[in-house]
Amino acid sequence: MKSIKLSKVLLQVLLIAFAVVQLYPLLFLFFFSLKDNNEIYSGNVMGLPQHFYWSNYENALFNANVGYYLLNSIFVTLVVILVSDILACMVSYAIARMTVKINGIVKTFFSLGLMIPLHAVLLPVFIMLRNLKMLDTYQAIIIPYIAFALPMAIFFMIGFFQTLPRELEESAFLDGCGIYRTFFQIMMPLVKPALATISVFTFLSTWNEMMFAITFINSEKYRTLTVGIMQMVGRYTTDWGTMGAGLMVATVPTIVIYLLFSKQVQSGMVSGAVKG
Amino acid sequence: MNKILGNKKAYFIFVFPAFVIYFVMAFIPIIISCYYSTLEWNGIGQKVFVGIENFLDLLKNDAFLSSVKNSLILAAASVIGQLIPAMFFAIVLSRNIRGEGVYRTIYFIPVLLSTVVIGQLFLKIYNADYGALNALLQKPGLEGQDWLGNTKLVLEASFFPIIWQYIGYHMLILYTGIKGVPAEIYEAAQIDGANEKQMAFMITMPLIKSTIKVSMTFAVIGSLKLFDLIWVLTKGGPLHASEVPSTLMYTTIFTRMEYGSGSAIAVFIVLECLLFYFLIEKFFKVDNLTY
Repeated sequence: MKSIKLSKVLLQVLLIAFAVVQLYPLLFLFFFSLKDNNEIYSGNVMGLPQHFYWSNYENALFNANVGYYLLNSIFVTLVVILVSDILACMVSYAIARMTVKINGIVKTFFSLGLMIPLHAVLLPVFIMLRNLKMLDTYQAIIIPYIAFALPMAIFFMIGFFQTLPRELEESAFLDGCGIYRTFFQIMMPLVKPALATISVFTFLSTWNEMMFAITFINSEKYRTLTVGIMQMVGRYTTDWGTMGAGLMVATVPTIVIYLLFSKQVQSGMVSGAVKG
Repeated sequence: MNKILGNKKAYFIFVFPAFVIYFVMAFIPIIISCYYSTLEWNGIGQKVFVGIENFLDLLKNDAFLSSVKNSLILAAASVIGQLIPAMFFAIVLSRNIRGEGVYRTIYFIPVLLSTVVIGQLFLKIYNADYGALNALLQKPGLEGQDWLGNTKLVLEASFFPIIWQYIGYHMLILYTGIKGVPAEIYEAAQIDGANEKQMAFMITMPLIKSTIKVSMTFAVIGSLKLFDLIWVLTKGGPLHASEVPSTLMYTTIFTRMEYGSGSAIAVFIVLECLLFYFLIEKFFKVDNLTY
C-alpha cells in the first residue's frame, strides 16, 4: 500500500513539474511585460517585477499600434470564420445528403486540400495577387485563409451531417419546405455544436498564421498582429517591456477563448490533427 | 424526397462558391508551382524553360542538402521528444488521477500560442546578454552562451521550442485515443493480475496504434514543412546552420529572386511530405479495430 501512495506522490510531482515547464515561458513573458529596462539589465530577468509598469501596455497598444493590429486581426479572423463556416456547411450538406452523381469526385477534390501545405502555393498566390493589384489589402489574406480553412471544415462537417437523423428533413420536405429553407432553417441550427468546434479551429489557424501574412501584407493599415509584431521587433528591440506587452496583447484573446471553450478547442484541435 | 435531394441546381448553388475559392487559391497554384519549378525566372524578366535543371541544381546545393538534413533531424527529434513524454502523460492522465482536467488544460496552452509570440519569447530567453537562460546558468557560476548566434548550438536551441510547444497537442491526441478503449478491457487485465506498466505496454499502446499513427504523421510532416519558428528565431542563420527547406525556399524566392529554384524547393517539400505520409501509413498498416 505504501509504495502505491509514494508513487502517487511522485506522479503528482512529475505532473506539476511538467506543468511548470509548459507555463513558465508564458509567466516569464507576463513578468517582463511589466518591467522596465533598468530592472532587466540589472539582472532581474526571470523573477517577479519590482514595480509594475502598466504603462508598457499603454505604450504597446497606442504608440506601437498593437491595439490597431489587434482590431485588424479580429476583423480578418471574424470574416474568415463566418464565410468559411457558411461555405463549408453548404458543401458538406450537399455532399452528405444530396444524391448527385459527381458527389464522390467533389468530396475527393476537397479532401485533397488536407494535404496541401501553404508553402506550395505561396509564390503563385503572391503573383496572382500582385497581378490583380490585390497585395496589401484585407482580401489578400482573407481569401487564401478561407480557401485553406475549407478542406478541414468540410471534412469535419460531412461527418457531423451524416450523424443527423434524416426524419427531420423528410418531414420538412413533406410539409412543402424547399431545400434552401430546410438547409438554412432546419439543418444549420442543428449543426451549431460542430460549427463551434470548427470555428475554434479556424480561429487558431487564422489568428496565428504567419507566412501569408508577412508576405502579402506590408502597410500599417492592413497589418494583423503577426505582421505587426514582426515589424515591431526592429523598432522596439531594446525595449523589452513594450515588446512583452505587445506579445501579451496578441496572446490574451487566444487564452480567453481557450478558457471559455476549452472543450471545443480541444476537440477541434484533435480533429485537426487528422489533417497532419 | 429524392427529387429534392437530387436537385442539380441546388447542388450547384451549395458547392460552387466554396469550389471557386478553393480551386483558385489552392488547386491551381499547386499546378502553377510545378510549372514555375521548371523555369529560370526572376519574377520580372523572361521565363526560360530549363526542365528539371532546378532540381538537379538543388542536389548540388550544400545549403539545400543541409536544410533537408536539418529537417530530418527535427522530424526524428520531434517523434522522440514529443511522442514519448506525450504518451507517458496521456497514460497517466487517463487513469483518473487527481487534477486530470487542470493538467490537461495547462499542458495544452503552448499549442495555442502564435509562433510569432513563442519565437519572440524565446529570443528573449536565449538573449546572449540579458536572457533568462543565461541568467539561470550564471547563478551557479556556469558560462552563458550566444545560443542563436553559435553555429554549433543554434540547431538544438531553435528546435527546443518547437518540440516543447506541441507535446501537449500529442498528449491530447493520444489521451483521446486512450479514452476510446473500453474500460472492461482494463478490468479484465486487472483481474488477470496485470500491473500498470504491463497494461500500458501490452494493452493501451497496441490498441491505440491508429492514434499513434496520427500523432506520428503530424510530428513528422509538421517538422518537414516547418517555417514560422525558424523564421522568427534565426531566418535559417547563422551561415545556414539552422536552415530548413521552407526557410531556404522563402529566401530563394523573396530575397534572391530565384523564382524557379524556390518553386523547385516548394515542390520538393510537397513530395517529401507525401512520401513520408505514405511511409508512415505503410509502416503502421493498421487493421481497423472494433471492440
